[in-house]
Amino acid sequence: MNLLSIAWKSVKQRKVASLLTALSVALGVMLMVVVLVIAGAVDGAFNQRSIAYDLIIGAKGSDLQLVLSSVYRVQPPIANLPYMYLEQLRNDRRIETAIPLAFGDFTKPEHGGFPIVGTTNEYFLNEYTPGKMFEVADQEGTRQLNELYDAVIGSQVARKNGWKVGDKFTIVHGSADSEDVHDEMFTVVSVLRQTGTPNDRSVFLNLEAVYILDGHQKPIDEVETRLKDFYGNDRERLDIALGQMEELKKSRAKGQEIGDESMGYGLDTPDAMKEVTAVFVKTREVFDAISLQSQLKNGSKAMAVNPIRPIRRLMQDVVGHIQKALMVLTGMIIAVSGISIFVSIYNSMSDRRREIGIMRALGARRTSVFSIILAESTVLCIGGGMMGWLIGHGLSVAFAPYVSALTGLLLDGWALNPWEFVLFPVLLVLGALVGFLPAMTAYRTNVADALSS
Amino acid sequence: MSLLLENVRKSYREPNGNRLPVLGISRYELARGEQAALVGSSGGGKTTLLNVISGILAPDSGQVVIDGKDIAPLPEVVRDRFRAAKIGFVFQTFNLLPAFTALENVLLGMSFSGRAIDRPFAISLLERVGLEQRLDHTPQRMSVGEQQRVSVARSLANKPALLLADEPTANVDPANQDLILNLIRDTCEENNVTLLMVTHAMEVANTFDRLDKLADFNDPQADFQGAAS
Repeated sequence: MNLLSIAWKSVKQRKVASLLTALSVALGVMLMVVVLVIAGAVDGAFNQRSIAYDLIIGAKGSDLQLVLSSVYRVQPPIANLPYMYLEQLRNDRRIETAIPLAFGDFTKPEHGGFPIVGTTNEYFLNEYTPGKMFEVADQEGTRQLNELYDAVIGSQVARKNGWKVGDKFTIVHGSADSEDVHDEMFTVVSVLRQTGTPNDRSVFLNLEAVYILDGHQKPIDEVETRLKDFYGNDRERLDIALGQMEELKKSRAKGQEIGDESMGYGLDTPDAMKEVTAVFVKTREVFDAISLQSQLKNGSKAMAVNPIRPIRRLMQDVVGHIQKALMVLTGMIIAVSGISIFVSIYNSMSDRRREIGIMRALGARRTSVFSIILAESTVLCIGGGMMGWLIGHGLSVAFAPYVSALTGLLLDGWALNPWEFVLFPVLLVLGALVGFLPAMTAYRTNVADALSS
Repeated sequence: MSLLLENVRKSYREPNGNRLPVLGISRYELARGEQAALVGSSGGGKTTLLNVISGILAPDSGQVVIDGKDIAPLPEVVRDRFRAAKIGFVFQTFNLLPAFTALENVLLGMSFSGRAIDRPFAISLLERVGLEQRLDHTPQRMSVGEQQRVSVARSLANKPALLLADEPTANVDPANQDLILNLIRDTCEENNVTLLMVTHAMEVANTFDRLDKLADFNDPQADFQGAAS
């Protein structure tokens, strides 16, 4: 019989007390595991894995706001860029892909107030996160955004509204709680499978449809002012843009507005009048991204943002602190449960004084009885820890579908966080710490007194 | 010679700081395989003597030679190991560990000696004391007599040179008293183990060829000439 099996016997002998103290450790560890799993999912949703593009180009302003509005769709956009600028980017030899996005509308409040994203089919043909392509639910009639009023919806939008391919809906203008409903009726042509990204709670429309919706066209003189402001000294492009606006003014003066009631009234919108909110860019080389970013920094009305950096900053400044606070809290729970182990073992020491005396009389050394008590507290800590670890991951797996449905977070219940590798050595040290004092009591036990007690 | 005490003194420090002498033994010896009963008045130092012989307590001075080795000057950790290997103990209150089965209690005695665990030998000892059907029973599920028999088996687990028995029959009924007594004496004889049994019961003491009265060889106030102070 080794010391560990003797310690285990003692743990078993005090079944109820041992189980309760181990459970208190298990509770702390379980909470920590759940926090880590959720933190991992949040981290996954808010870090470089959330987008597979090198740069996001938008109007100058806060880089964080640009990322939050275009990638996470939780903030209003800063301002728009001229559509012609998108063409300019597409002709840049450093850029491999430039995908336009236009924001500003939402589904009706009773439909969840999900953000509307105007884009092109190219958006769905690129990876949404490194190594992952969009997949669509297998529904009859599924197709791309071919028609003007087609819509592709995210999984959460579909689940919330029970929408499927062929269903129709209208959207509201400006904000999620707006009552300004657009007349146009959109038809679901694809339902995306869950991605664990903000795409799940987005509705994608044909970019061209965004331009013709009522109220989306700005007055011509305002557009001209914005073009002059954007292009500044770039006379060549400004002249082209203003030339298009002149053409528009002339045709409208002749009453030649193209379009009808069913198709909208903006079909004659020239490129100079169109705008995009953000452009997702993939560059050919890493250096191209740096070069483009640096170029836009000086003198341009646009900016290029590496989506990782502001989010990392946000994670560190806000989410990181919350995670740390939760970790500290669960750490304290584990520490308190460690104290309960100490109290339990320490209280049992007076009852076990005679047992220790017997073992010493049988030849056990002081260090042996010391080690037995230490092993006991360690067994309780590690045993409780393993129990909590299994329960924590088990609960994460069991509740992942519910959490996903509720929040859109994709929980990977068995995902191991690096902190978990530290957990068990920490529990080992905790077990040794809380067992030290009772172990010293055992060490100092006077055998002759203990046997006569 | 299996046991030799020479010029052994032991005293305790009282709360007022004074020392209370308990043992003062100029010479006491037992030959290998010899069996002796030790009687004495309550508080006369019998238990202290057993603790000194077993190395649980170190004497203030003198020699405690067991199986040819003086354990008195040895550090506690060495005395512990020596006790586990050479000395068996049978207690008045059996002192079995409640969480352990009969077999585990016997194995426990082996595990502290530093030797390899000899499970078949432990089982054979329990068979010898008639407990082959009780190997997996914990003390709570055994009678008082059975518990004391486990205690006897445990005391012999490390094939000791010396067995110390502290009133082993005091807590058992008369029917079991002879059984336990014979068991201890027979197994000691079979294994050539020296036996020193402390008892209050004269009917037990009188069954021994050698009956020692502690008062006859213990004088706590004695001044041993030439002994280390």
